[in-house]
Amino acid sequence: MHTLSIRKILLSLVVLPLAANLAMAESIIVQSTTSTKNSGLYDYILPIVQKETGLTVNVVAVGTGQAIKNAERCDGDVLLVHAKASEEKFVKDGFGIERFDLMYNDFVIVGPSSDPAKVNGMKDVTGALTKIANSKALFASRGDDSGTHKAELRLWKGANIDPTGASGQWYRETGSGMGATLNTSVGMGAYVLSDRASWANFGNKGDFKIHVEGDSALFNQYGVIRVNPAKCPSTKVQAGQKFVDWLISERGQNTIASYRVNGDQLFYPNAN
Amino acid sequence: MITDAFVEAGRLLIRFDAELMEILALSMQVSSLALLISVVIGLPVGALLAISRFPGRRIAITVLNALLGLPPVVVGLLVYLMLSRSGPLGVLGLLYTPTAMVIAQVVLITPIIGALSCQVIEDLHHEYDAQFQSLSVPRTTAVLAYLWDARYSLITAVLAGFGRAISEVGAVIIVGGNIDHLTRVMTTAIALETSKGELAIALALGIILLSIALIVNAVVMILKTQAKRMAYV
Repeated sequence: MHTLSIRKILLSLVVLPLAANLAMAESIIVQSTTSTKNSGLYDYILPIVQKETGLTVNVVAVGTGQAIKNAERCDGDVLLVHAKASEEKFVKDGFGIERFDLMYNDFVIVGPSSDPAKVNGMKDVTGALTKIANSKALFASRGDDSGTHKAELRLWKGANIDPTGASGQWYRETGSGMGATLNTSVGMGAYVLSDRASWANFGNKGDFKIHVEGDSALFNQYGVIRVNPAKCPSTKVQAGQKFVDWLISERGQNTIASYRVNGDQLFYPNAN
Repeated sequence: MITDAFVEAGRLLIRFDAELMEILALSMQVSSLALLISVVIGLPVGALLAISRFPGRRIAITVLNALLGLPPVVVGLLVYLMLSRSGPLGVLGLLYTPTAMVIAQVVLITPIIGALSCQVIEDLHHEYDAQFQSLSVPRTTAVLAYLWDARYSLITAVLAGFGRAISEVGAVIIVGGNIDHLTRVMTTAIALETSKGELAIALALGIILLSIALIVNAVVMILKTQAKRMAYV
């Protein structure tokens, strides 16, 4: 009796992880970003995808840069990120088949209520960044080659400022995901560029609020790409296509549009 | 915040939250299986290193001890590169599965079991070697005798390995991917809730994880005390 129960326990230890592997048969892996994950979007749409297509979608949420690298190593079937130039290069280099615009939202600059750089209410992001740099107010950067990081660097460039010279001083590169960087910013009272969705769904806002929003330069486009079986023979072609097709279908687009946090729409579908 | 966390932990436990139970079960499964494999590999290796004499033995033991400081994130990265579709073991399709997490934890904790058991058995060996040799006790018998004699100390080594496995996040988040309902374990769930700024929930999960570790250790302690008592009757 005693040995039997131990044997059963050992058996279940071995069999259960294996069973979990087998359950992957009808599933795909999506390399995606922390912003879409932390915003709660996947928690909302994936059960619907499962119900309507029978597909189990497993999301690995990392920065856009890392997601692209992972997909280039064939560790994913679909790439869903937000850095259009990098995505187009991914397709051009043969790793992806075709890139579709999927949805957009926008970036915002959040910061402490005390607003040391006096940027509250500004729409002009270039002007706001210039004020932050001139006043040497703390600014936290993702510093992780993510889509948000790339967007932030582009905005600094647009303002003709190279903040990396002040790295470790007023410009603080966390090298972490959106959520971790927001936690750090709130902790040290630094301004930070965030996608609106991550910020809306963030639970540790402290006295932080949105200071700068509405500039067209803050546009944040998400794209979806299927991994190319010519480069990655192991990729699940049909299942991956099924997911992409669903996302850009009218039904998928409407579902994305219907995702709300506190009544606010966080993603605007724009597949054509 | 701390009070909120305890309240939240209590609420999750009382509700017997299905998702929490799933995550908890996977944590226990992955780490228990990793521990089992690590014991099967680590104990004999530790014992052999303790009693054999060969050139480079000191170096081998030093390397083993140094591996105690192996950073989980490095282990995760190495296992990721091995299991990646473009890596040498990519054809197995193990990346982002619980099996990958077991492999990473085995790499991480086998040195712990090996190094600690080596130390324990080496001490015994110093004590009994002359006696065993004068009685011409075969080497395998001697090893088994050492293992049996050192069983209580070895349990501590095993518990140290379990503690390391169940608590690490750096390796499993890379090779598992923290995928909901597939590879999410307690530590990666804590990391996720922290990144969502849900600090009370994150801390609540931490409290639950610590409670589980406490229960495991308490059960082992009780069994050990009982076994010792029986031995002296």
